[in-house]
Amino acid sequence: MMCRSGQQPDQPDSCDHQHSGGEATATAAFAALLEDSAEELYESAPCGYLSTLMDGTVAKINATLLDWLGLAREAVVGRMRFSDLLTVGGRLYHETHFAPLLQMQGSINGIALDLRHADGDRIPVLASSVVKYGSMGKPLLIRTTLFDARDRRAYEEELLRRRAVAEEARRQAEADRARLQDALAVLQRSLLPDTLPVVPGLDTAAYYHTASPDELGGDFYDIFPVDGKRFAFFLGDVCGKGPQAAALTSLTRYTLRAAALHEPDPRSTLTTLNKVLHERYAAGGDPRYCTAIFGILEIDETTDQVFVQLASGGHPPVLILRADGTAEYLPTPGGLLIGVLPEARFTAATTTLSPGDTLLLYTDGLTEARTGTDRSSLYGEDALLDFGTRHAGAPAHDLVQALTALLDGFGDGLDDDTALLALGVPARPAARPTTRSRP
Amino acid sequence: MDIARRNNVTVTGNPHGRTVVLAHGFGCDQNMWRSTVPALAPEYRVVLFDYVGSGRSELSAFSPDRYASLQGYAQDVMEVCDALDLRDAVFVGHSVSAMIGVLAADMAPERIGALVMVAPSPRYIDDDGYRGGFSAQDIEELLGSLESNYLGWSAAMAPVIMGNPERPELGAELENSFCATDPDIARVFARTTFLSDSRDDLKTVRVPTLVLESAQDAIAPREVGAFVHAAIPGSTLVTLDAIGHCPHLSAPEATNQALLEFLAALR
Repeated sequence: MMCRSGQQPDQPDSCDHQHSGGEATATAAFAALLEDSAEELYESAPCGYLSTLMDGTVAKINATLLDWLGLAREAVVGRMRFSDLLTVGGRLYHETHFAPLLQMQGSINGIALDLRHADGDRIPVLASSVVKYGSMGKPLLIRTTLFDARDRRAYEEELLRRRAVAEEARRQAEADRARLQDALAVLQRSLLPDTLPVVPGLDTAAYYHTASPDELGGDFYDIFPVDGKRFAFFLGDVCGKGPQAAALTSLTRYTLRAAALHEPDPRSTLTTLNKVLHERYAAGGDPRYCTAIFGILEIDETTDQVFVQLASGGHPPVLILRADGTAEYLPTPGGLLIGVLPEARFTAATTTLSPGDTLLLYTDGLTEARTGTDRSSLYGEDALLDFGTRHAGAPAHDLVQALTALLDGFGDGLDDDTALLALGVPARPAARPTTRSRP
Repeated sequence: MDIARRNNVTVTGNPHGRTVVLAHGFGCDQNMWRSTVPALAPEYRVVLFDYVGSGRSELSAFSPDRYASLQGYAQDVMEVCDALDLRDAVFVGHSVSAMIGVLAADMAPERIGALVMVAPSPRYIDDDGYRGGFSAQDIEELLGSLESNYLGWSAAMAPVIMGNPERPELGAELENSFCATDPDIARVFARTTFLSDSRDDLKTVRVPTLVLESAQDAIAPREVGAFVHAAIPGSTLVTLDAIGHCPHLSAPEATNQALLEFLAALR
């Protein structure tokens, strides 16, 4: 059915005789839209529209775009190039990206550019261009549409700004974390001896594995002289991790050193530690404890033998590697955790180390390392005994080096801090250098 | 290090001909030379590459420190020349690459025997008695344009754009991929390009040099072409009947003709 615009709705033979007056008016208005000329569609389109020669000279431009630019048609057509309509930065971008891409691809889509209004204001737009080719494939002209992108650009700038803020926050957090790790590393080192002292007639070696750079571990060890001929040593593990564990480690370490000087006997030294920890923590309703082995070494210069007395408070037994190629644990069963009860009993043991023998102290990070492809089984004391047997006779330093390689081999199965201390009598009476390594 | 892979080096053309190295400028990659290669290929061995950070180079090799100066880009050229053991090659550099070529020719005279400078500019920013065409503020505006245009680049798509040997068809489907660059890298290259001042380096040129300029170039205006020509004694200046900063794309026939004439005269 054809309806011509301009027809009167009240004419009885008009084509809209079936409709009421109001509907007829709407239909006529709709029809008027359909009669909109192509010219009108082009000139008043809700986007900027222009055609340029291949050199960019504007050949045709619509009224919408002229209005955006604040320019008269005569000033633009045949006189300006597309890039002249852009800001200088936009022109650089046009020359380095837009034009080459258009030449290579024949079209380009949705590029953000800034137009420059006659009064200097910038108008953000999204530009798309296609090259129109002649029948012989020769490029004839470039058609470009420009969409007002003010709101969208503001939104994008907000996104970029937020991304920059997030990026800065991430950088700051990483810097803070690095600083914290540095501080923790310094604190951790302060809880361990800088170097092991030279003990005449004995090789010593130690190693400390830090499971996490973010957390202070709770393992500790030390060796120090108590009088002219005896040395004391200890190795242990406090409960928990972090700053509280570090404070407990510090108290434990200095209490052991002071107690040993006062009365160099393993059981009474651990008893003193138990009293101090219990008074400091458990009595105040905050039970904290540790496990430790404390011992005294006495070196017989005539036989090169070393007499060892030690006591354990809930700590895994020491391993002794003999010069003859055997290894054995020195059992210290029944010793209580240190600091839990007001009165505690500790288990003592003695042994004698001959040339070629080595005493190994360790924390349970080693024996409780998870092994196997699915990390479901623990390394265990049996495996450590086998390992010790294979390395029996090795000097203390070599033993610790082999154990370090073993720990490295556990990979992510080693998730706890681990301390190692090896005390060995040289196979021949020659002084070996004191060594100690750290990750 | 595999330089050929790092710089996405392509060697084509006549294997027995003199080697011509085509170096792209700021913005896109070696695809810019698509209309040049067919003209050179019958007679010359053509070497194409992407600077680290552009095109299908290995982005992991990018270092903001190294590429903060044109020397860093010249080092790329040297390493490509070393990897192919080029002798007496002709270096054709577009835009900022023209100046990179000047630095490279000075670093290794035995490798580069002639220079073609396409739309060169030794300094983009105006200075006392020198007109480069831009103010420092204009350059900041360009950096803003880079920020608002990712040109098909996104972190998620980067591995595809940067080359996936198992599925080469992936890259081709991406619109604008010829000029796709990590925006952070593009910003470094833009700063290095547009804030550089290489006017003194022009004096070091000792090899036959062709300066090719467009009749109308918004980035390297005619005064700049004349400046470069005057600063390199014995150089040839050819003004192409071309519009825009990329005459090798907008007027490939005229560009190729000037290039081939210069190359023929070198023999």
